[in-house]
Amino acid sequence: MTLADDSPRTLTATVEPAVTDPPAAVRPPRRRGPSLSRNRWGYAYVAPFFLVFGAFSLFPFLFTAWVSLHDARLSDIGGGEFVGLDNYAALLGNEFFWNALRNTITIGLLSTVPQLCLALGLAHLLHYKLRGRTFFRTVMLMPYATSIAAATLVFATLFGRDYGIINTALEAVGLDRIDWESGTLSSQVAIAVIVTWRWTGYNALIYLAAMQSIPGELYEAAEMDGASRWRQFVHVTIPSLRPTILFTVVVSTIGAVQLFGEPLLFGGNGATSGGGRNQYQTLGLLMYQQGWSNFNIGQAATTAWAMFLIILLVVGTAFGVGRLRARREGARR
Amino acid sequence: MTAVLSRPAPEPASAAAPRPSRRRPRGARAGRAGPVAYTLVVLTALVSVFPLYWTLVAGSHTNAEIAATPPPFLPNATFFENVSAALDQAPLGLAIVNSVIVAGCITVGTVLFCTLAGFAFAKLRFRGSGPLLGLVVGTMMVPTQLAVIPLFMMIAELQWVDSLQAVVLPTLVSAFGVFFMRQYLVTALPDELLEAGRVDGASTHRIFFSIVLPVARPAMAVLAMLTFLTAWNEFFWPIIALTAANPTVQVAIANLGSGYVPQRAVIMAGTLLGTLPVLVVFAFLGKQIVGGIMSGAVKG
Repeated sequence: MTLADDSPRTLTATVEPAVTDPPAAVRPPRRRGPSLSRNRWGYAYVAPFFLVFGAFSLFPFLFTAWVSLHDARLSDIGGGEFVGLDNYAALLGNEFFWNALRNTITIGLLSTVPQLCLALGLAHLLHYKLRGRTFFRTVMLMPYATSIAAATLVFATLFGRDYGIINTALEAVGLDRIDWESGTLSSQVAIAVIVTWRWTGYNALIYLAAMQSIPGELYEAAEMDGASRWRQFVHVTIPSLRPTILFTVVVSTIGAVQLFGEPLLFGGNGATSGGGRNQYQTLGLLMYQQGWSNFNIGQAATTAWAMFLIILLVVGTAFGVGRLRARREGARR
Repeated sequence: MTAVLSRPAPEPASAAAPRPSRRRPRGARAGRAGPVAYTLVVLTALVSVFPLYWTLVAGSHTNAEIAATPPPFLPNATFFENVSAALDQAPLGLAIVNSVIVAGCITVGTVLFCTLAGFAFAKLRFRGSGPLLGLVVGTMMVPTQLAVIPLFMMIAELQWVDSLQAVVLPTLVSAFGVFFMRQYLVTALPDELLEAGRVDGASTHRIFFSIVLPVARPAMAVLAMLTFLTAWNEFFWPIIALTAANPTVQVAIANLGSGYVPQRAVIMAGTLLGTLPVLVVFAFLGKQIVGGIMSGAVKG
C-alpha cells in the first residue's frame, strides 16, 4: 500500500508544523510534548475504533486473500481445497473477466471524464456572485443524496425503450428510438449518465471550495498582465486546483472500479449477468455473480483482489503523474 | 488524498464552519454572474431535479400514458394508488423503520468512535500513531468487494443473515470519519487549551469531555450528516446480508424493481416513497450538508 506508507509523512510534514510551532517556540525543545504527548491513553482512545475496524475491515481484507487461494464454495466458505494460484490463472483465462474489465474501464471513462469536466465548469459558474447561491448549491447536491438504487430505477425508466421519455424526445426531434439497454455502447452510456448525474454536483462543490481558497492576488496579477477570463481559468485556476483535481480523479476512479448497483438494477430484473450479452457487466457485478449466483466464492475473492490491484495501479499512476508534473513545474519556475 | 493534504489548509477557522461561503474572502475577484452563467446554472439545477420529479410523474401514469407525445408533465392522484400497491409488493414501511435504525446506529457509532480516535491521532502522541493513521487512510482505497466474503462468512456463522446488526456492525466505524475528525481537530483545537486543562489537573478524559467535545461539535455534526446519508443509501453490503423479508429501504426498492412483471409506475411510486425521508432531511439540512462537503474538501 504505497499510499498508506506515504500519507503520515506528508501529514506530519505539512499540517503539524503550522499547529505545533508557536508553542514549541516558547518552551524548550526537550519539553516539546508535555504531559499529553507521552499519553498512553492514546491507545484507549483509538481502541474502540480499531476493534471494530480490525474485525470488520482489516481482517476481512486479508482473509479474502486466503479465500482466493482456495476452491471455496458459498455453502462451505471456510473449507474448500487449497489450490494455490489456480483461481488467479482461471481468472486470467476467463473471457467474462476480460469483458467485465473492458466494460468497467469504458463505463469508468464515460462517467469520470465528463463528470469531472462538468463539475469544473459548474464550480466556475457557482464561483460567480450569484443570486440564490445556497439554493443552487443545495439543488445540485440532491442527486448525491439520491441512492444508487433509486437513481438507477428512475434512469432505467427515463431510458426505457418503449415508454422512456428520452426516446420520446428523440422521436420528437425526428431521430430513431434507441434500445438503450440492449446495445453495448448505449447501455454503457446510460449507466455512465447515472453516475455522472449523481456525482457532478458533489465534485463541483469540492472544486468550488478549492477555488475559493485561491489567493486573489494571483488573479490580480494575471489581470494586470492582460490575461482574459479564459486564460485566467486555464493558467491560474486549473494549476491551483491540480491537487484537488488529482484527489477527485482518485476518488472517482476508486468508485468506478467498484461500480455495482447501477449495472445490477439497470436491466430491470436484478440479473447479475449485466445484460443479455453481459454488455454492461462490471467487475463488481461479475464478482457478485461468481459468489452469490454461481456460489464460487474462491473465484469471487480472486476477482475482488484483482479489483484492488487495479485501484492500486491507477492510484499509483495518478500520484506518479501528479508528482512528476509538480516537479516539472517546480523546475520551470 | 495526500495531495490535497499537502496544501497547508488556508483557512483553519472555517474548517467545518457550516457556511464557508458567507465569509467569501476572495469574493471580490469573482465577478457577478451574467445571463449566460445564470442560464447554465438554472439548466443544471433542472437536470439535477428532473429525474426526481419524474419519479412523481411516472408514478402517477400508466405505461401508455407516459409514452404519449407529448408526455404528461404533471403528477396526479393515481400516485397514491401506486404507493399503496408498492406497499403491498414490498414491506416499505418496515424498510423505512429498519433504515432509520440502521443509519441511526451507524451514525452514532461512527461519530463517537471516530471522534475519540480522531482526537488521539490529532493530539495524543503515542508510539505507532503515525503508521496506524497511515493504515486507516490507506484502507480508504480498498474496495468494499474485498471485505464482503469474510463478512458473509461471519454473519452466516453467527446466524445474522437478515438481521439488522449484520448491516450495522461492519459499517459502525469509518476510516474517512477518523481522518475527517483528525484533520479538523489538528487545527481547530489549540494545544494551549489542552495544556491549560492539564495544568489545572484535569485527566485526559476530563479534557476530552469538557474541552475537546465542545470544540469538535461542528465537525461532528457534519460527519453525522454525511454518515447518515451514506448509511441510508448503502447498497452493496445490505443486498448481500438482507433479504426481502427484513430489508432496508435500498434492498426493498431493489426488489421492487426486479419482479417478473415489473410495473413501472408502482416501482416509481415506491422509489419515491423510499427516497422521501432523505429528501426531507435534505430540505432542512441541505445548506449544512453543502457546507460540510465544502469544508471537508478544503481539508482533504
